[in-house]
Parts: sequence; C-alpha cells; structure tokens
Amino acid sequence: MKARVILEDGRVFKGILFGDVSKKTSAGEVVFNTSMSGYQEILTDPSYKGQIVTMTYPHIGNYGINHEDNESGKVCLEGFIVRELCSLPSNYRAKMTLDEYFKEQGILGITGVDTRALTRHIRLSGSMKGIIVSHEAEVVSGDDARGIPGLTGKDTVKLVTSRKIYNWNEKGDLHVVVIDCGVKHSILRALAVRGLKVTVVPADTNVGEIRNLKPDGVLVSNGPGDPEGVPYARDTVRDLLGTIPVFGICLGHQIIGLALGAETYKLKFGHHGGNHPVKDIRTGKVMITSQNHCFCVNHDTLSDASVEITHKNLNDGTVEGMESPELRFFSVQFHPEAGPGPFDADHLFDKFRDTIAGNAKP
Amino acid sequence: MPRRNDIESILIIGAGPIVISQACEFDYSGSQACKVLRQEGYRIILVNSNPATIMTDPEMADRTYIEPVNPATVAQIIEKERPDAVLPTLGGQTGLNTAMKLYETGVLEKFGVKMLGADYDVIKKAEDRQSFKEAMLKIGLDVPRSIIAHSMDEAETLTRDMGYPVIVRPSFTLGGTGGGIARDENEFREIVSRGLQNSMTTEVLIEESILGWKEYELELMRDEKDNVVIVCSIENIDPMGIHTGDSITVAPQQTLSDKEYQRMRTAGIEVMREIGVRTGGSNVQFAVDPATGRMVVIEMNPRVSRSSALASKATGFPIAKIAAKLAVGYTLDEIPNDITRTTPACFEPALDYCVVKVPRFTFEKFKLADDTLGISMKSVGETMAIGRTFKEALQKGLRSLETGKSGFEGIRAAKDMDAGELEQFISRPNHERLYFVKEALLSGYTTEKISDLSGIDPWFIEEMKGLVEIERKLSRELEPGRFKYLDPDQHAVDMIREAKRAGFSDKQLSGMAGLAEEEFRKIRKKAGVVPVYKLVDTCASEFESYTPYFYSSYDDENETQRSDKKKIMILGGGPNRIGQGIEFDYCCCHAAFALKDMGFETIMVNSNPETVSTDYDTSDKLYFEPLTFEDVMNIVDSEKPDGVIVQFGGQTPLNLANRLQEAGVPIIGTSIESISLAEDREKFKDLITGIGLKQPANDTAFSVEQALSKAGAIGYPVVVRPSYVLGGRAMKIVYDPDSLEEFMAEAAEVSPGHPVLIDKFLQNAIEVDVDALADGKDVIVAGIMEHIEEAGIHSGDSACVLPPHTIPDGVLEEIKRQTVQLALSLEIRGLMNVQFAVKGSDIYLLEANPRASRTIPFVSKTIGIPLAKEAARVMAGASIEQLGLPQDTSRGIKYTSVKESVLPFSRFSGVDILLGPEMMSTGEVMGISRKFGAAFAKAQDGGGNKLPSGGMVFISVQDSDKRNIVFIAKKIRDMGFRVSATAGTAKILKNNDMEVEVLKKLDEGSPNILDAIKAGEVALVINTASGKKPHTDGALIRSSAVTRGIPCITTIAGAQASVNGIESLMSGKDEVISIQEYYGTISA
Repeated sequence: MKARVILEDGRVFKGILFGDVSKKTSAGEVVFNTSMSGYQEILTDPSYKGQIVTMTYPHIGNYGINHEDNESGKVCLEGFIVRELCSLPSNYRAKMTLDEYFKEQGILGITGVDTRALTRHIRLSGSMKGIIVSHEAEVVSGDDARGIPGLTGKDTVKLVTSRKIYNWNEKGDLHVVVIDCGVKHSILRALAVRGLKVTVVPADTNVGEIRNLKPDGVLVSNGPGDPEGVPYARDTVRDLLGTIPVFGICLGHQIIGLALGAETYKLKFGHHGGNHPVKDIRTGKVMITSQNHCFCVNHDTLSDASVEITHKNLNDGTVEGMESPELRFFSVQFHPEAGPGPFDADHLFDKFRDTIAGNAKP
Repeated sequence: MPRRNDIESILIIGAGPIVISQACEFDYSGSQACKVLRQEGYRIILVNSNPATIMTDPEMADRTYIEPVNPATVAQIIEKERPDAVLPTLGGQTGLNTAMKLYETGVLEKFGVKMLGADYDVIKKAEDRQSFKEAMLKIGLDVPRSIIAHSMDEAETLTRDMGYPVIVRPSFTLGGTGGGIARDENEFREIVSRGLQNSMTTEVLIEESILGWKEYELELMRDEKDNVVIVCSIENIDPMGIHTGDSITVAPQQTLSDKEYQRMRTAGIEVMREIGVRTGGSNVQFAVDPATGRMVVIEMNPRVSRSSALASKATGFPIAKIAAKLAVGYTLDEIPNDITRTTPACFEPALDYCVVKVPRFTFEKFKLADDTLGISMKSVGETMAIGRTFKEALQKGLRSLETGKSGFEGIRAAKDMDAGELEQFISRPNHERLYFVKEALLSGYTTEKISDLSGIDPWFIEEMKGLVEIERKLSRELEPGRFKYLDPDQHAVDMIREAKRAGFSDKQLSGMAGLAEEEFRKIRKKAGVVPVYKLVDTCASEFESYTPYFYSSYDDENETQRSDKKKIMILGGGPNRIGQGIEFDYCCCHAAFALKDMGFETIMVNSNPETVSTDYDTSDKLYFEPLTFEDVMNIVDSEKPDGVIVQFGGQTPLNLANRLQEAGVPIIGTSIESISLAEDREKFKDLITGIGLKQPANDTAFSVEQALSKAGAIGYPVVVRPSYVLGGRAMKIVYDPDSLEEFMAEAAEVSPGHPVLIDKFLQNAIEVDVDALADGKDVIVAGIMEHIEEAGIHSGDSACVLPPHTIPDGVLEEIKRQTVQLALSLEIRGLMNVQFAVKGSDIYLLEANPRASRTIPFVSKTIGIPLAKEAARVMAGASIEQLGLPQDTSRGIKYTSVKESVLPFSRFSGVDILLGPEMMSTGEVMGISRKFGAAFAKAQDGGGNKLPSGGMVFISVQDSDKRNIVFIAKKIRDMGFRVSATAGTAKILKNNDMEVEVLKKLDEGSPNILDAIKAGEVALVINTASGKKPHTDGALIRSSAVTRGIPCITTIAGAQASVNGIESLMSGKDEVISIQEYYGTISA
C-alpha cells in the first residue's frame, strides 16, 4: 500500500506501508539511527517512546526477529522507516519476519523510502515531528505533523516505566535497585550476570520506598524524552546522591545532572547509533559506544565542584560522563550495556559492582 | 601521542610485481604511506621492482629503488641508505616476508633498523599457524580443530581420526599457494606434498573441515594507546572453502544479528590485542556455523591486505593512510576524518548502502586449467559496486566485470543440462556459479534447495530470486506496444523504475522490451527515470562531508552538484585482468594529476577498488561506477564534461568510444576516426602503403572459407586474431589449415561480428615496441624497446630492453623516422604505441595503437619523463613545444632497463607455460643497471626467477634451435655449470666436444628428466618447442619446473640473455642505485 512520511516542515517522502497497515497513520518525532544491525533491540528500546525511527542502513529485517534480543516486552517506538524491508530472513535464531512482528504488535512501518535523503534533511534542519500516512487516509499536511505533541518538557517516562516493583534477579549478595525510567533489559542482564540481586522500581518510587528495599546501590536507567519532564525522578536522585552508590545511564545521567543543579538542552538531531567515539578523559582511551539520546547535560551549568567530567564525545565535544567520589555516583550518557552496539564500555558494570562491593571507592 | 621524533628516515618495502593474490592494492596502500610520511617530514626510501606503480614515481619518495624485493637486495639498500626504521606492513605478503627475513638474518639489528607497526614476534605469532591457534585458545576463542605437520608421515599420523574432507594450508605463502581441500587419501597426499614444498618453513596446517560455513572478515585498526576500531565487516557470499579473494563478498555483513556481530567484533579486538599488533591495520577472518551460530577464528593478517583496500573503498576510511600515521606515533583520536573534517578517525564507519565485490577470472586464457574454486586464489582482479541495496549492487558488480553479462543473467551452457548436471555446477564452486543459480531459479528450484547445494546463505539466494521475479513480471508486461510514440504508460514507467531500483541495466531491460538499448535509454530518460548520485561519506550522512566520492542509485535525492569549472572526465580500466592491469590505472592517475595542475576539474570513473585511481583524493570527483555505456552516459548527462579521455584506461573505455562519440560526448586527444583507422585492416593498410611503410603480408577474413583461402595465399605460418580485443585475446600462430579452422570457431565466440585478421608470421624476427607522444605537429619518440623473445610472443609477455642492445643505430633511426611519419599521418594527439618486427635490415610494421600502452610506465621510469602526464596535457590542448621536453629522450642515458613479465602458471597446474601471441602474464618487473646483463639478471630476480650461479642446467631444444644452442651451452659449461640434455640435443652438443649428461625422456623410463626436476637436481631449464602442437613431453617438463620455482627459458634469445645475466651475477654483486641517482646522471 502506497504511503508517505510527512514532516512538520511539509517535506514529503514516499514509500510503501508494512506491518499493521490497518493503522493507516502513526505520528511521532522523527529521528535517524545509524546502526547497521540491531533493529530488534531498537524497536523494543523504551527510550524510543514517542519517536519514529529511520534506519540509515538500507536492508532491515535480514535476520528476522528472535526470542532473545528484546530490550522490553514490546515494540516501544511509534513508527519505523526503512529503505528495503527483508521478507525472508536468514538466521538460525529467527522466529518470524519483521513484518509479522509489526502486525502482531500493531506497529506501522514504511519501506522503500529514500532514507538517506530523509536523514540529510533531519541533519540539516534538526529532528522534527512527522507522520507516516497511508494514501488511503485523509490527506495530511505538515501542519498536522506540527500539531502532534513533541517530547520537550513532557513526561514520556510514565508511558514506559513499570507499574509496580518487581525482582529481575533474586539471587545475589549485593542488591541493586533500578529506577525504571524505561529500562532496557540489557542493563538488567548486565547486572544479573555479575551476580547482583536486581529489583526494578517505577520511576516515581520515592526515596523512602527505595531505602526500604535496602539497596547497596542504585541505578538510574535510560528512558525516553526530556529529563525535565520527570522532576519526581530528579528529586529522588537528589536525595539519594551522596548516601549510596549511584550509577546513571543515558536519561539517568541527565536526571543526575538536573539533580546536581545543572541544565540540559536538546541536541539538533541527537545521537542514535553504535559508532560514537567517547574519550575517557582520565586515561585518554577511546571507546566506541552505543548511543541514543536527544538531550544532553550542559557542561557550563555544572557548578558542583566535586563533580568531574570523565567522558566526552569526540565528534561534537558533548558531555558523555560525570563522576563524584563525594557524591558517590558516576554516570554516562552512552549505553555500556550495548544492545545494540559495541561492548567497549561493558567494564563500567564491573566498576559499579566493585563500587557497591566497597572494593573501590566511587 | 604526537609524531615520533626518534626516527628520521623510513624504508618502505613494496609488493613487487602484480601476481594473483597481490595486485594494485599494495600500490594504493604504499602510495598513501609514502605521501603521508613525506608530508610528516620523514625521509622516505622505497623499494619496489614494479615500474607500473604510482609509488615508484620519483616524487613519491626521497630515494626510489626499482630493485628486486628480496632480502639480499633490500639488505644492500639498508646498508647504503641506513634508514632508522622499516615499515613492513604495507607491502603485502612479499613486503612482510622480506622484512621477516631481514630480521632473522640480523640485518635489521646490525644497522639499527626498527620495525614499525608490527615487530617480528607479533608477525610470527600471527602468521605461524600453531602459535596463532594457541593464542586463540588462550583467550578463550574457538578455532577449527587442527594439527601442524612438517612431513608426510607426521601429517598422516596426526590426522588419522579426523576423516575427510580436510583443509591443507601451507605456512608462509602468498594467497594460499599450494593449499587445497583433500576429499580422499590420494588428494591428501598430493596436496600435502605440494604444500610442504611451497611453504617457506616446510610446514602445513591440516584442519577440520568447516566447508559450507558462513565466512566473515573484519578490518581493524589499532593505535599505540590501544584504541581499536572496526573499519568494516565483510560477509562472503561464497561460503568457507573458497579463498576470500575468489569469493563474491558483501559489505557490511548482512545476516548476523547485532548480538552475533558484536560478539565477533569483540573477538576481533581481542585477537588483535593478543597477537599484539601495535599499530595499523589487521584483518581477522571468522567462520560461523549456519545451523548453530558457533563462531571460530580462521586467521589474521597482521598487515594491510587486499581486503583493507576493499574496506577503504567500501567505507571511505583510508586504512593505509591512517596506518602509516599510526606507525609513526599518532593515535586515532588525533587524526581527523578527511571526509567530515570535524570528526576524528577514531570511529567506526556507518554505511547507508551496500557494497558487492566480484572477483574477475581469466580461465578463458587457461583452457586446461581446472576452474573449480578452492582455497588457493585464482582470480586476477576484482570489481566493486555500490548500490543502495544488495540487488542494485550485485547487478552493477556483475556488469562491471565485462564478461559479456549485463547483470544477473543466466548462462547458455546450462540450457542443455539435465537437473543433475545443473546441480553439479551449483554445488561445485566455479567462477560462473551465480549464473547457474539464476538458471536454477528460472526452472523453479527453491531458495532452500539452492542454498543446500551451494552453501550460499538463503538471504542472498532470496535476493537473487527477487531479481528473477522482477524479470518475469517485466518479460510478461514490457511488450513493445507499451512504448508507442516513445511515450510509455504509467504502469510501464513504474515497472521500469522498480527494475532500475533493483539494478537492471538498460541493456537487460531493452532486451525484454524488444528495443535497441539507445532507444530504451531515450524513453527511460523522457519518463524521468534517471539515477541520482549519493555520497560515500563514512557516516550515513550524520555529518556534513567534503570528499566528492559518488555512486549512482535509482533513489529520490541527488547529491552531486555540477560546478561551473572546466572539467575533464577520465574513464578508468575496470577490474584487473590479464592484458589490462595496473599500467592503465597508472596512466589514468597521471592524467588526473596533470589536468588538475592545469586547473581543470578532474572526474574519475572506475570500478576497481584496488587502484590508486579510485582513491578519493586522486581526482576532484570520483564516480565509483561500472564502465558501461549506460553508466558512463548517466554521469556525462549529470556532469556535462568539456572533455572525456578514453585512451588511458586500456581497451575498456576504448570499446565505448564510438558509442560515446555518437551520443555527442566530447572525446579529446586522438580522434575516434584515427583510432578506428588503426583497427581497420583495410584502411590502415592503405594508409601505410601510402606513406611507404612495409607490413607483413596480411588480409582480413569474415568467414572460415575466406580465412582458409586468404591464409593459403599468404602462406603458412600465419598469425591470426580476432579484431577489437586486448591482450592478444585468442591470438594464435597457425601452421596449417586444420588449426586455422579451430581458431575461427573460437574467434567467433571472442569477438562476434568482427572480422579476423591474418598476418604472415615472420619467423626469427626481432620485435620492437615504440612509445611516442604527438600533438599533430611534433612527435617525440619516447622509447624504443627491443624484445628479448623473438616476434610471435605477445609484447605483454615478452621481456624487453630499453635502449635496444642488438639493433644497429641505422635501423633505430629508420624506426624513429617511420614512427614519426605514422604519428603524423594518424594525426595522433597524445600517446601512440607501435610494434615493428626487424629482420636483418628490413622493418615491418606489425600494428599501431593510438592509446596509452602497457609500457608507458616502464618507459617513463627509465627516461625520467612522465609520458602519461605529458600526453594528458597535450590532449587538453598544450603543444609539445610548450611542454619543453627534450627532443632526444635518450639524451645521454648510460644505463639499461629490462622489463620482464611475471606469469601465473604456478597457480594453474597442468597448463603449459609456453608463451605465444596470447598474453598470459599478470604483471611485470623492471631491472635497471649500468649493464644489460645485470639489468636482465635483476629483472629475472624481481620476477621470482632468480638465475642460478651453479648446479645443473637441463637443455632440450627443437631441431631448428639445435645449431644456435651450442654456443650458449658452451658458455654455460664454461661458467661452471653441469649440462644435461635429452638424447637429441645431447648428440649435437657431444658432436661439438661437450660433456653432457643424458637424461631420459618421459617415455624412456625412469629416472627421467621429470624425476630429476622433482628431486630438485635441476637449477635451470632451457626448453624450446616448435609452435605447431603443444608438445606434451615439453609441456610437462616446463610446468613441473615452474611449479617448483625453477627458472624455465623457452626461447633461444631468452637463453642468450640469461647467459649474459648469469655472467653478470658471477662477476660479483651489482650495486643498488636509486632512480633519482640514475636521473642525476642524465647529461642533457
């Protein structure tokens, strides 16, 4: 079925619908991801809530969908734009095609799009809202796209956080509480595999409830949207800082930044991909990292003297990591859990485990 | 970390001649290294015996030694130049092995030369199969089960419980020479014994079969600070068991999930760290069991490889250039990404397109060779294609091959096959397998079945099936009626667009629509179905990019912009093949350099990823595209160049010239009319008769009957060849009507629709090659080369000497005069190559080619004048007078250069190595010295056939050579060799008072000559054979000598030159002199 992607500035891209075509339209903020593999992880990553993702690599769906690589229980993004959808996947783990998965999940996709043109447009004009629309639907214009709610200032976390407290891994001498702003399963797996007991709590869980769980450390997870949309999480983190080892990832890192009194800002088109070089300022070594964020901590507004900027992005110099031994936390903007992307920063989970084990000072 | 200041001078070791498995890619990597390191202020000393390289251009290094790349010669250079360091990782396996030997023999230590990039122990650990395996197991990676053996006994004992098939790989060889897959005991014994012989360390690895597994490669870079990035992942379409150089490959990988890919990525990094490659590029190969996902490490190359060149072109990440910078201390984060300028080279490229590499084979040249592909590489070149999708890239790749296919087509041979036979051609890896796959798809085979037969992943088969489905739909619906009044209906337009997006060529589609290609093209353009050009930018357009490196695609948005500068487009040569290789790429690069200097915007079009011409900074704009009429015209439509150069890229662009001109493309230089005139027998004959030049009696025939009667009139033997081919394709000397009929059948296949040329064959004449430059008014005769082998052997295969050493001055003057006259009559503007045959004082004109010839780099390097550059200037409008060149290019040159060809026979066992009019060589080397003998010896040495200085020489010559051999044999005896011969030759020698050991012929029982060769008793073979029929005895002798690396001389002239060479070797070491020093001795 013929379809279009319409951006808020009126630019139109043509393609063919796939997935749950009964939906006819789907709307969200359009971003691009440059990962060449890992679409299953991207689809199920709660951080993409509210977004339509364009994959820059043309062939998508090649290895199908399997039962192991999900980052959450369902597809979280709003729509998916690809150049060439694969109809017959080939991989020993493949259980279904991407199209079948979308039909099952009620998700709309569009294929045959000049995704490079779309990506260039976003790079030049900044990420913007857009609508995938079937040619059977009523005519939609850029104005309609402009009318959809964006991410800035909104609480998108509440759409993806867990409703209740649950155990991910019950065995373990050390106990980590994960504040779930939309946590990826890879993070939970990375903790469990290190022998940590893992309890996941909703993002709005207050400090008292968290303390009642008697954690040895707290992880503030990744999640979608604007950190300023979740002041409650910021307040919780502010109370925790300095009292217990805290590890922040992505949105969690931004929330820590806000808790420290710093400001965050929106990047022109964000970082979404698996090839971003991040330098560890203290060792001079570079890691290739997985990234997925539109917002960023403003370096100039970080006034807490005990906080050190530990990592920076080599492409654009943005803040990628902070640490304060006094406040007993460290945080990174990128994704050490990969999923998808390289495992170069996997050792940060070791560092977190060692920190809460008291083997190393934060 | 900043640049190292503890070293000032660096020795770069090149890869030597182009051979199978070591081609232009090492000129590309070496040139980049020279350029970068000189910019960094280091003094560069370069050694490479291959004159047709950009790296041996005098301005690329401070000292350039065109000398054999072997430990002894490089040691001499080190002693003379005293470099502080050597960079061994950019000159292929040859460069690496040479550096290893220099370390082992203590030369590096003695002269205090440091190894950059990777040191001895690291290379040893990576290259030695056993230590590599141990290292992998140590870091917890899986490897195929394997054993190492140093003898046949050991091999048999250790593999007793392994079963068949097993894979045998000799250690320390090029491109897996001598390796193979043994399916039973007989094959096992044969391959193991060959492998032991080929290995530098008499060592073979025998491993568990992982045939049919998926094969992957990762290209990695590491710096001094242990930062590692993966530049590119490559997936082989052909599964394990086929050399990666012979496999069709795809970048990036297509069928691994992210989890699996990241596991491989992490493993690759661990491999590089454990082996300890300090800085630079490496390549790690993996195999994955498609059923279980089990991943094993296969091998690692601790150096820049063929795959690195491919990865560089596929991603835009210049691996060799970065490797050179890392070698002198920089770290990845300190080096900017050229393409984006603002981001560093410390990142992993993100592709938003699909790249397909297709190997180019030349089995048509080696009829007797087995075309089954295995782990020993057989392809001579490759082509790369970029498309937005695999379908598009695959079809572009297949039409770039220039094997007569214009995309994913079927094959005639399959039409009469039954199912069993067809399946054979799918399960047995061979160079045309994909075309048989197409036939199977057409006859309804399932993806699963084809995948089972071939081991090709179902994903790829399914993509191919998609192409077949589109084609079916098109054939059904694209009836000519839809194109009435050149105005197709909307449905037809949609179908054309869909097909173009899947990479179908106009040629394929016009065939289906029953139209002429040009007509179809017009309709397509009118319907608005035109390609756009997208950028290769390393980052999937996440950042702005500045390097204009484009590929076409039928997508929506166009990114190329036409500038208003004067622009000249240069058409490259496409994939390397025998007859068309690096020499032509060298000329194209020179054209780009010269025209850029003159202020033109230069636009390069080529499809060969190994080359310097496809480097994004060789020209102002690079279009990585197939060199077909359609693809070139599309670029012309977009760029509207002021001039197009078709004369530098070999036959490929020349074959397009007529159609381009008819389409209104402004071709510069010598006119197409002149080019056609030189190809047209009748008109050319009229022209040269008109100016009083002589030709051997000749004629043209369009049919078998005509050929027979005309050959009879001329008188046998005659040289026959199809017209409009390069490299003497299918050219033969025929001695009787029967062989002529045989030839006619072949010619009809090779060059259908074109006439056959028949020439009187001049026996025992000396052949001469002349390169000249002309502007329509003045002519410079740049070089006259005397062939060492007599006329009748293709000029590309013949050794030659510049300046001539036996031709009298008077004859040379006359050759010059005739060349000038010819160049003026043909109105040459640019280069011309002429071949003459000299018999006594008679000069016969054999042929004239108004284009860059294979010898241009050789002549340029010898006379110190860059002819291709000068020619490009002339073509762009400069006069020779303005160029300020010396009228006499020999201007007091007191040294001699010898060019020797390098032949691939050791790759194709069972093929006779006899030279003839059809070109067989893959590359060439140059030897340069003050004396002919020494230059010849160097050329032999550089070509891998080092002349012996002692031992036994075996002589067996045909009757007509028997008189001439006596003097040579005596000379050989006087130099201290033992002489042996077959009975016939021995009789003549004995009659002339020589002591000769008589060796039995093959049918005279054992021990015979073959036994002696196998036993390693023979140091040199001189064996001439009459040209009438391949003489089986001789063929066996020659090919078994060649496979064992024993120099084998097949002509009397060659034997004479060898005697000169041996004499020079025995008179002591020849000095090594750089070309800069030679040029300094030129007086005028």
